[in-house]
Amino acid sequence: MTITSPSLNVSTIAAPPELQIVNMTKRFGSLVALDNVSLNLKPGTFHALLGENGAGKSTLVKCVMGFYRADQGEILIDGNPRAIASPRDAHHYGIGMVYQHFTSVPAMTVAENLVLSRYDSSTLINWKQEMEQLNDFMNSAPFQVPLNLPIAQLAAGQKQKLEILKQLYLKSKILILDEPTSVLTPGEADEVLGLIKEQVNAGLLSVLLITHKFREVTSFTEEVTVLRKGKLAGHGSVKELAIADMAEMMMGERREIKEVAKTPYANPQPVLQFEGIQANKDNGVEAVSGVSLTVHSGEIVGIAGVSGNGQKELVEVLAGQRSPTSGTVRVNGEPYQATRAEMFKHKVFALPEEPLRNACVPHMSVAENMALRTFDRAPQAKGILLIWKAIRQTAQGLIQQFSVKTPSTETPVGNLSGGNVQRTVLARELSEDHINLLIAANPCFGLDFAAVEFIHSQIVEARNRGVAVLLVSEDLDELLALSDRIVVISSGQFVYESAIAEADFGAIGRSMAGH
Amino acid sequence: MNWRRTLESICLPVGAILAGLVLFGIFCSLVGANPFGVFGSIWKAAFGSWSTFQNTLIRAAPLMLSSLCTALPARLGLVIIGNEGALVVGGLAAVSMGLAIGTSLPPVGVQALMAIAGMVAGGIWIGAAGALRHYRAVNETISSLLLNYIAIALLNHLVGGPMRDPNSLNKPSTAPLDAVNMLTNMPGTRVHWGLLFGLIACVLAYFLIQRTTFGFAARTAGGNIRAARIAGLPVGKLTIIVCALAGACAGLAGMVEVAAVQGAANESLNVGYGYGGILVAFAARHNPLGAVLVSLLVGGILASGGILQRSHNLPDATVLVFEGLVFLVVLYSDSLYGKLPFFKEKPVDASPPAVTPKSPSPV
Repeated sequence: MTITSPSLNVSTIAAPPELQIVNMTKRFGSLVALDNVSLNLKPGTFHALLGENGAGKSTLVKCVMGFYRADQGEILIDGNPRAIASPRDAHHYGIGMVYQHFTSVPAMTVAENLVLSRYDSSTLINWKQEMEQLNDFMNSAPFQVPLNLPIAQLAAGQKQKLEILKQLYLKSKILILDEPTSVLTPGEADEVLGLIKEQVNAGLLSVLLITHKFREVTSFTEEVTVLRKGKLAGHGSVKELAIADMAEMMMGERREIKEVAKTPYANPQPVLQFEGIQANKDNGVEAVSGVSLTVHSGEIVGIAGVSGNGQKELVEVLAGQRSPTSGTVRVNGEPYQATRAEMFKHKVFALPEEPLRNACVPHMSVAENMALRTFDRAPQAKGILLIWKAIRQTAQGLIQQFSVKTPSTETPVGNLSGGNVQRTVLARELSEDHINLLIAANPCFGLDFAAVEFIHSQIVEARNRGVAVLLVSEDLDELLALSDRIVVISSGQFVYESAIAEADFGAIGRSMAGH
Repeated sequence: MNWRRTLESICLPVGAILAGLVLFGIFCSLVGANPFGVFGSIWKAAFGSWSTFQNTLIRAAPLMLSSLCTALPARLGLVIIGNEGALVVGGLAAVSMGLAIGTSLPPVGVQALMAIAGMVAGGIWIGAAGALRHYRAVNETISSLLLNYIAIALLNHLVGGPMRDPNSLNKPSTAPLDAVNMLTNMPGTRVHWGLLFGLIACVLAYFLIQRTTFGFAARTAGGNIRAARIAGLPVGKLTIIVCALAGACAGLAGMVEVAAVQGAANESLNVGYGYGGILVAFAARHNPLGAVLVSLLVGGILASGGILQRSHNLPDATVLVFEGLVFLVVLYSDSLYGKLPFFKEKPVDASPPAVTPKSPSPV
């Protein structure tokens, strides 16, 4: 792909406005997603917004774009307070956002998509005139995409370029890029960001880059704002900050590990062993590139990583939801294909993320969902017959034991609140006496503090009983508190492994960020 | 406890059928007939007397069986509309079996083997759609629809060529079954034993889905395939078995039609019991017991075709307009579940009930 030099021939050579976000707070119910955050995007600067998953980066920019209405705080454009109630308003002030996911229509051409993206499109399109204008625009743009190609024929890098071109075409002066490089190869990412940087240096654009890759921060941006758990964790000039400083701002002080009484397990045996696992995403792109690990009884192995680095697919392979393209899984030394018989024999249980989507049948009752593992065995079944009485009795016991708030055992599980769906799944997966292996993925995501405590204590208690636990989480604090050993996954590979006592906090952060 | 939901699942289909009646009434008045007269005639022809009700029952029998061909896979989340095709191949297989055995076995044995042949053929037919779905991700609705055309073409080819009885002049047919091998009527009625087959199949299907571990696994896989996988359920096997069972029911309907009504396989096999079965399954919300009742209703509509022609000068295909209108309204009503505020379950109050001093009852 050829790179053309930027030209200053963009139609209106006006400097981008200054964008100030002042003391912004946004609450969702009892959750404070943004707590008094301020940010100043100076004209013609490349500004990085850094933070872990759930730190509030997306919430902040969605408030700026008018998707959310902030509870407190204001947005100043060139010093004047402005109300932005919709993306259309944001466009009016020259603010445009490039999303993580492509927003072009695959069956239409580049030219059609560009015209489609306009807010003021007319009923009739004069294609001859439009094409002339588009050609002019493309010639003056920092990078080119062939106008006549359908989107479906573009490579990921070209699609991402088109998303950025769309914003330039709409004459946006402030670009908000939401992890634009997550779908690109490192080479493509450098090219795209480099070309945008030239536009910024020329004073044509201001860019707010949402990322959690330190490499992009240090090579392209001038200023950085760091968020952690909804709060402003730091702000400064990139030149004056070391990566370690930024990592510390992003992850926080290494918190005192909350003692969840762990007892050493006397006789650890290898329980889960997998070797050379490779697996693809739904779209056929490789997500897991040959990972191997052994988890012993009485041990919690934590897998840390920024989401989208293959941990989801790895968990799906181990839980039986996805077929690996190669590699072997063994449980208790025997080959394991995640069939029902093997799950029962080796007592394998799973706490997947998004339980309603992954582990429940929403329109079936709480009792039925709780029986998902046991409905075909005595006492819940006699031969091929279901014994409804036993299924209901078991459910009533579990509802008490795990304090699930439900009107009755017959209520569809989809009618319960998120926390209670989670408890329903916990009750099913953790109530068994002889669990051998537990696979958990973000088991506490989106839950309140009490529920998190409860789940953590349940997991540690299981470990103390000798259960082998594989815990995948995007919350580093959780992993540090629970794990005996920590592994970092990045780009589908394990890049760091250490016992928790010797874990180097900085090294974990750097390897998570792919540095 | 969920009386609102129960009421919803009764009120909506009944309301839909009433709305279909209104639309059909408008259609009748547009073509110049008195809608109330037409309704009266339909009622008389379908349910008016024991004698006419028997006509309804005769038509309801194959509808019950063929509706299961849609209702069972629906519990797995599949939309199968290959009822007509499975019915046709079931009828063909049954006739072939009956002709091949002839009178070398006692009639009950012949009938049993005919039924088995019909069920196996229908089962393979729809099982194939299920296998295509599971192994090659072919849309099961389209493949089962196309299999209908193949089945009908196969029927026309066989009765017009290799299996044609030279004595059937106007209407090409296979050779007739021996009279002793025909399914007889239930004592004291004009209704053949096929009705019993239909009733038993519907009850068994209900039992299978609601009361057995197999049904539990099927409902889980139909409700959320990811949850089924995490529980290690064999989703592919379930898909193919359920589709085969469904096809077997429609194949049995084909056997009943040839062995109790037609006496031979000919183009009368595809007179719409297959498509009627789809309507029945949807109107019954894929509940096999509901399908029994809806089959009676649709059977009654079909039975009243003749009287519309005789007393109202309407073509007998008018009842198909009625059937089609009802089908559309029923499908529309499906989109209303959970939308009407009256039927919504009251949200659970998480907070403990406050002390209510004004409460009249000291609970």
